[in-house]
Amino acid sequence: MLSDYETSYPYISQPSILRRLFLTCKITKYSVVNATIDILKRAETQLPSDVINALEQAQMRETSQIAKAQLSAILQNIEIAKEHSIPMCQDTGILVFFVELGRNVHLDFNLEDAIIKGVRRATESIPLRPNAVDPLTRKNSGNNTGIGLPDIKYELVDGDKITITVAPKGAGSENMSAITMLNPTEVDSIRNFILTTVLNAGGMPCPPIVVGVGIGGSFDKAARLAKSALLSDLENDPENMTELERDILNDINSLGIGPMGLGGDTTALAVHIKTAHCHTASLPVAVNIQCWANRHASVTLGGDE
Amino acid sequence: MEYHLTIPLCKSDVTQLNAGDIIYLTGTVFTARDEAHARILEMEEKGEPLPFDFDGAVIYHCGPLMQQIDNKWRVVAAGPTTSGRMSKMTPSLLERFDVRALIGKGGMQNVSESLKDRCVYLAYTGGCAALAAESIKNVSNVHWLDLGMPEAVWELDVVEFGPLVVGIDSKGCDLLSDVRENAKHAFSRI
Repeated sequence: MLSDYETSYPYISQPSILRRLFLTCKITKYSVVNATIDILKRAETQLPSDVINALEQAQMRETSQIAKAQLSAILQNIEIAKEHSIPMCQDTGILVFFVELGRNVHLDFNLEDAIIKGVRRATESIPLRPNAVDPLTRKNSGNNTGIGLPDIKYELVDGDKITITVAPKGAGSENMSAITMLNPTEVDSIRNFILTTVLNAGGMPCPPIVVGVGIGGSFDKAARLAKSALLSDLENDPENMTELERDILNDINSLGIGPMGLGGDTTALAVHIKTAHCHTASLPVAVNIQCWANRHASVTLGGDE
Repeated sequence: MEYHLTIPLCKSDVTQLNAGDIIYLTGTVFTARDEAHARILEMEEKGEPLPFDFDGAVIYHCGPLMQQIDNKWRVVAAGPTTSGRMSKMTPSLLERFDVRALIGKGGMQNVSESLKDRCVYLAYTGGCAALAAESIKNVSNVHWLDLGMPEAVWELDVVEFGPLVVGIDSKGCDLLSDVRENAKHAFSRI
């Protein structure tokens, strides 16, 4: 059933200047709700090609038969999910949105409400597992929304478009993430903290993992940097990585944890580090671990169409 | 070695297995994760009867994504969850029931003693929920839906469910813990 506001604006047939005025900012609540459902469906059922390529390369490189079998199962699973349009993992995650909001966009509706509505409808239609619970009573809301969920991060950018990215985050890998406030003189300990976090996680976060690292900022900023680092492209890795990232990746893979912690050469597919200036007296470091299902999808609305 | 086994499993079915073997299972498995384990132990303590029998059973650490169409449940996606969270509750569970196999991901801590001569831990590829759903042919029952969809106990009829890797065998060999120990040594050399 469509409610009132979900009726799309009628097509405006106007001279070019007027048309531009209207059409460049014609983002409606209806289009945001539908776009949210679309990207959720895509993110949950299909992995980005850069992630699939990285997994395929790992499968070819692996020398251990058990590791090869794990990666084959993963690749087979990805194909089945895409073919049948079903979630690739039963942990469809909590839903983390990154919204890039063009400064010239005018919205006459509540953007957050639209995304929440999209999440509720997608939970039923895809379907998604209801994962959102009250932190203390553990009561499940049944629709993947609740206080502070979905988690929506906004960023103002130039232009007249909105880009919405969703990154569903499973608990298996999220639970293995860690943050520390190092002393400012302990820059050399950053590497050790990242490796220790991966070592302690072992097979639990569903390796091969992607490691997002946030260095600097503040307690919360470091964590946000680490999470957004997980969205970085894996294509052409390790060329895409800095020398530090490559070195840490090599160290991680020398641990031999392997796919699913059953041993092997591929513990991580990539390490991505983001930094921000921080207080002279502090050195926050956050490590956000991502399972092989590095799910994310984006859509851009508005602009001069 | 590769084995194709049918549930219910007898003792010799599992004691022949070695860590690293590949298994495919056919029969009925019970899902149980955090809340179900807690409730089972709580009811056992109070002496209340359980609505299902875990003797000879295979427990799958899984919080499936299900869909109900025309009053009939069907599996959408059902991969394994992190078994480590059930490590503390598992020895008490195995004291009370003759469970033959535990399926999950990521391995378990301090359960080898409880598994000795009677039970194995099988690792299923984490996240492979679509692959798992393909080999689940029927949902035969559900208990404790009040715990929520992921935490309820689902009885799933599976055919050639796998590949499952014997993570901990009944002789105390623990593949995942060996990998962890080796990783610690490698770390100390970096």
